[in-house]
Amino acid sequence: MTSRPKLHLAVALDGAGWHPAAWRDEAARAAELFTAGYWVDVVREAERGLLDLVTIEDSLGPQSTRTDQVRGRLDAGLIAARVAPRTAHIGLAPSAVVTHTEPFHISKAIASLDFISAGRAGWQPQVSGRRSEAAHFGRRDIDPAELFDEAADYVEVVRRLWDSWEDDAEIRDVATGRFIDRDKLHYIDFAGKWFHVKGPSITPRPPQGQPLVAALATDAAALRFAARAADIVFTTAHDAERARITTDRIRAEALAVGREHDIPRILGDLVVFLGEHAADRKARLDELDGTEYTPDAPVFAGTAAELADRLLNQAAGLAGFRLRPGVIPHDLTAITRELVPELQRRGAFRAAYEAGTLRARFGLHRPVSRYATNAGGHL
Amino acid sequence: MTKQIHLAAHFPGVNNTTVWSDPASLSQIEFSSFTHLAHTAERGKFDFLFLAEGLRLREHAGKIYDLDVVGRPDTFTVLAGLAAVTEHLGLAGTINSTFNEPYEVARQFASLDHLSGGRAAWNVVTSWDAFTGENFRRGGFLPENQRYDRAQLFLRTARELFDSWQGHEIVADKESGTFLTDPRAGAFEHRDAHFDIAGRFNVPRSPQGRPVIFQAGDSDAGREFAASAADAIFTGHATLEAGKHFYADVKGRLARHGRSRDELLVFPATTVVLGDTEAQAHERAAHIRHQQVSGQTAIRFLEQLWNTDLSDLDPDGPLPDFDPVIGTDTITKGRASARRNRDPIATARQWRELAEAKQLSVRELIIEVTARQSFIGTAAHVADAMNRFVQEDAGDGFILVPHLTPGGLDEFVDTVVPLLQERGVYRPEYPGATLRENLGLPPLENPRRSKKTAS
Repeated sequence: MTSRPKLHLAVALDGAGWHPAAWRDEAARAAELFTAGYWVDVVREAERGLLDLVTIEDSLGPQSTRTDQVRGRLDAGLIAARVAPRTAHIGLAPSAVVTHTEPFHISKAIASLDFISAGRAGWQPQVSGRRSEAAHFGRRDIDPAELFDEAADYVEVVRRLWDSWEDDAEIRDVATGRFIDRDKLHYIDFAGKWFHVKGPSITPRPPQGQPLVAALATDAAALRFAARAADIVFTTAHDAERARITTDRIRAEALAVGREHDIPRILGDLVVFLGEHAADRKARLDELDGTEYTPDAPVFAGTAAELADRLLNQAAGLAGFRLRPGVIPHDLTAITRELVPELQRRGAFRAAYEAGTLRARFGLHRPVSRYATNAGGHL
Repeated sequence: MTKQIHLAAHFPGVNNTTVWSDPASLSQIEFSSFTHLAHTAERGKFDFLFLAEGLRLREHAGKIYDLDVVGRPDTFTVLAGLAAVTEHLGLAGTINSTFNEPYEVARQFASLDHLSGGRAAWNVVTSWDAFTGENFRRGGFLPENQRYDRAQLFLRTARELFDSWQGHEIVADKESGTFLTDPRAGAFEHRDAHFDIAGRFNVPRSPQGRPVIFQAGDSDAGREFAASAADAIFTGHATLEAGKHFYADVKGRLARHGRSRDELLVFPATTVVLGDTEAQAHERAAHIRHQQVSGQTAIRFLEQLWNTDLSDLDPDGPLPDFDPVIGTDTITKGRASARRNRDPIATARQWRELAEAKQLSVRELIIEVTARQSFIGTAAHVADAMNRFVQEDAGDGFILVPHLTPGGLDEFVDTVVPLLQERGVYRPEYPGATLRENLGLPPLENPRRSKKTAS
């Protein structure tokens, strides 16, 4: 039997699911969206399916102005931290809006998530051009055309802060009385249009060296940003042909900025409704919501076996997929208990978690701190 | 009436307290260390675990300070992680009101309160210096004399955000399709000299309504800020007389803010050294102090006051015979104590007199002048002394600062806590579900809701 290349599978978590009426599904735990128990159960279910990672959506304003849709969300970074000690293998990648937050704070938050989870932390930087969210911060000078350039500088600051402590900076040298070797701590001295950050971080270098940075590429500006700044890129192409064009462009952009040694891993994004009557179920939710749900990513409605066919047919050029369950838990458990066994039967998915960090799972090297005196490339 | 003692644990982050050279001193950054201290504290029915904050590494004479424990995680992230491994323990974090924005901080605390089932606490601190500002977008934008203004307005703004949800809006009724009953849930608008913001807060009301608010700060402005807005105040006044004086002062300030004496708890920070005999405990205490203040550490402390290079000085010899250098720039940066001495020449004179009177070397003097109040003795002696301290209104409880990470409170919890329980001054079980309930603080009124229910 020829062995197929194994797919990477991620799940994107948002409230009760990605359909705006997901919370009205009888299986949805709509009243528990703001409890730790809900998030622990959901992420543990994803871990049960041996998935690579979960992403957790966030925003600095309400998702909706309607009273018949979910409104309110907890800080995604804190959800990830709350879940980390209750899981053992799955990667945890919260979103964080970079437009209104400080790279210094985010850098230490994600590094700390990496410590808590023993090397399972990721992060999805996200921009916000919404005027209503800017008004939450009193910030008035937002130029939508510059959002992704600002985000690219932001990620650069965060990565430099992660590198600002060399791995072996803590020495506890009783003979000289020094706890740290200060020659292994570095000012990052970043000076750009939006940020001046001195460094070093207050948090030592995390287990992965640099936790995994993920980005969603929906349009040209987002794609350029993702290709420059991310380790994992989610694309939303609607068919195999367009997926190939997108992945080629991401690779070309990455090469253009000198990333020949660390081309981002690309995952196709898909909203999924699974089961015998998946299409009917989506139609019913559309009706409840009063409008047809047409997200930025392609929608799949069908059985787990049909989804397995589609994923394997589209996989060329992609490292795998990030699935957005239309309704949690319905579509999440269909992924973990039907799709995953189906892919395993076809030899296209892992049978167990292997030891190692989230970076290692994606075959990404652990970067050497750029400030290390003998830093000369890649391990 | 016999007062009940409150206890809390401090996880020493960046500090010169932890004796890191001791083989029992484990990681200050691995999560297992935080878990260990949290489990110990919860076994001892402590109210909360407390994390301090620092947003720039300390420097001394233009270089990163390398003698002390350094390297700490993000406060919110660790507290959320600890919520997963504890059930009752309050989770208190210092978060700066200068290099943060109210919407974001309020969101994080409300989230932490949800994720911990009502155990979040916020120690509001202020900062102003350009040194710390160099790590942030706006730099050192705040004049020192405005820092309490900003803190006060920051807290007021955050409270408006916490109160922007009343707590009953979300019904999630699948049948009717009503997720929330009030379309205006989360609406806020706030304009003052520091903040000009409006919109919708996107975290529903949390189990405690808002985090418990702590404040630390000893100046008149700091005490007044605490009396007006905090649920508890942290203090360094841990000797019986100083404690009583401080306690009377801050409790006396409450009435003019329309608050009663039970609405503000006083928590002095203290250390405990135990021994099988009094003599043994004192011997241990002296040994610990000696380890905490190495010769090099003593010189660095002295340089902090003298504001000049004293690296040639013998730590086992006498103090310098010249006066401190008065300058606008301080040799030590990023350390609160560096700003405390407003009159270095007078302090230096006092130190010299003290050293001469007691025949102290530089190192011995620094050991003496940097000593924190400690309870030293047998478990029975310490239990009695702590109880007396609380019964005589020098505090409502203590924040215990261990000198070892993470096992430094194990012995206290195993030996002193049972004695306090036997004496009927310390609870055998947690009385409530939330931190606010465990602290015995009166229930919160939601201003908006009380207006509504009154109509």
